[in-house]
Amino acid sequence: MKKKYWQEEIETASLEAISALQSERLVATVKRVYENVPMYRQRMDEAGVKPEDIKSIKDITKLPFTTKQDLRDTYPYGMFAVPMNEVVELHASSGTTGKQVVVGYTKNDLHVWGEICARALVAAGGDENDFVHVSYGYGLFTGGFGVHYGAEQIGATAIPVSAGQTKRQVTILEDFGSTILCCTPSYAMTIAEAVEQAGIDASKLPLKAGIFGAEPWTEEMREYIEDKLKIKAYDIYGLTEVMGPGVSFTCEHQCGMHVNEDHFIIEVLDPETFEPVADGTIGEIVFTCITKEAFPVIRYRTKDLGYITHEKCKCGRTFARMSKILGRTDDMLIIRGVNVFPSQIETVLLEQGYAPNYLLIVDRVNNSDTLEVQVEVAAEIFSDITSALTSYEKKLQLAIRELLGIQAKVTLVAPNSIPRFEGKAKRVIDNRKLHD
Amino acid sequence: MTIKQLSIFVENKSGSLARIIDILAANEIDLRALSISETQDFGILRLIVNDTFKAAQVLRNENCVVSITDVYAIAVPDQPGGLAKVLRLLADAQVSVEYTYAFISNNRDYAYIAIRTAEKDVQTAKNIFMTNGTKVISEDDLLNL
Repeated sequence: MKKKYWQEEIETASLEAISALQSERLVATVKRVYENVPMYRQRMDEAGVKPEDIKSIKDITKLPFTTKQDLRDTYPYGMFAVPMNEVVELHASSGTTGKQVVVGYTKNDLHVWGEICARALVAAGGDENDFVHVSYGYGLFTGGFGVHYGAEQIGATAIPVSAGQTKRQVTILEDFGSTILCCTPSYAMTIAEAVEQAGIDASKLPLKAGIFGAEPWTEEMREYIEDKLKIKAYDIYGLTEVMGPGVSFTCEHQCGMHVNEDHFIIEVLDPETFEPVADGTIGEIVFTCITKEAFPVIRYRTKDLGYITHEKCKCGRTFARMSKILGRTDDMLIIRGVNVFPSQIETVLLEQGYAPNYLLIVDRVNNSDTLEVQVEVAAEIFSDITSALTSYEKKLQLAIRELLGIQAKVTLVAPNSIPRFEGKAKRVIDNRKLHD
Repeated sequence: MTIKQLSIFVENKSGSLARIIDILAANEIDLRALSISETQDFGILRLIVNDTFKAAQVLRNENCVVSITDVYAIAVPDQPGGLAKVLRLLADAQVSVEYTYAFISNNRDYAYIAIRTAEKDVQTAKNIFMTNGTKVISEDDLLNL
């Protein structure tokens, strides 16, 4: 019989059992990092916290936070909690926002990583008969490896295509018979467009599911990709500093991402006060690794914004579920005092029937912020009459104003003139920074 | 009675128009008429060419947004008042003219005018041309101009 869960016992354990396991693992982890990582020892000493003060998960709030800057300051190996001869693999964050962060994995860490990705694959209907097409980049970026190891664990056939060479991706989808596609949602769109351009009927491809992650995306974008590729699209979340993709994943009910709580403790905190917020309230997501050997982060501030719920899912899994990432504290644009997330603009575009290929250009003119939204003109809306086209711009402008309360200038641009992405999409050009 | 016009989206960026015309030149498309309507952000290039479908195909292959529109092309005497007479008739019948542009041929006696009316007025315009003996150019006529 087809497996519904990869590890039913833990994935459907009672909340008490999960909490007890987390407490036990947290206590052990804190003791271990205090002994082995000078930075953690120093921080805990400064905060006046001893390992023995941490008796259960309730005490987690006593522990100091870890930030990306801490990980950069200890570059390359300062945060490793095991001797280097136990480290079997290294990865590094992309370094797009500064110096890169190096993370390490022991043999057991790699097994755990594969295990949590195996859970995500099984939740997406995967088993040993599947061909898992991995179009995340293979390299220092963690992207491709987790799902690759996960595919191995469930006995599926992994196809390590890596990112790029989009025409070749299409050939492989067709010829190798890929059944599950794993990549960033922006690249899934690029591939979907290439499938269309090649004149291939997506419903004739063996592809049935996609597991997409590594960047924030909206529910509307999920529906768009599902429709274009004729698949069911699942969400996977993770970050290099914590493990890589696989920290949490959606099941067939697509109602939040199940956090692998036997390996990670999730907290949601008020971004200003850093106090825990109630379930359902948006805050900054913070993770603590409780089984990781080589690179366990303690209360790592992700800068990702979202919320969680502990209600049992219809699929039977009991792990807490986190919302899609609603934005990042550092993605947030403040335009004339209004908080704007690119994902909000994306929602408007998709609702108005545009493809989610867009670019936001923020500038400052006469000491006032301006927002320009560039969107590609589609054949469906194109008209030979100028006023018909400008009315589309106006309509979109109005919809943005209704949702965000700010005036944006909408500019229709030529098809395919906005860059397509193989990895994480870059949708904002903030020219204000150049003036400062 | 109508002829096919190509409408092409052009970004307001230097080189956009040259790129489109280059594509047509490389595919040996002959231009019969050209007009551009521009806004602050973009323009719409309107062309009458010798092979509309081939032109549309080669442009689409290069990721251009293209539509094909039916417009009237009429021949009016190339003398003062030649165009005024036809436009007056259309105006009196309350025909909305979305846009119009002129083009020429080797024939010195006539000037040619492309007219795009609102959809609802296409038939009215046709009746006016017919009852007043306005010379309407067909696709075949166009090839022999």
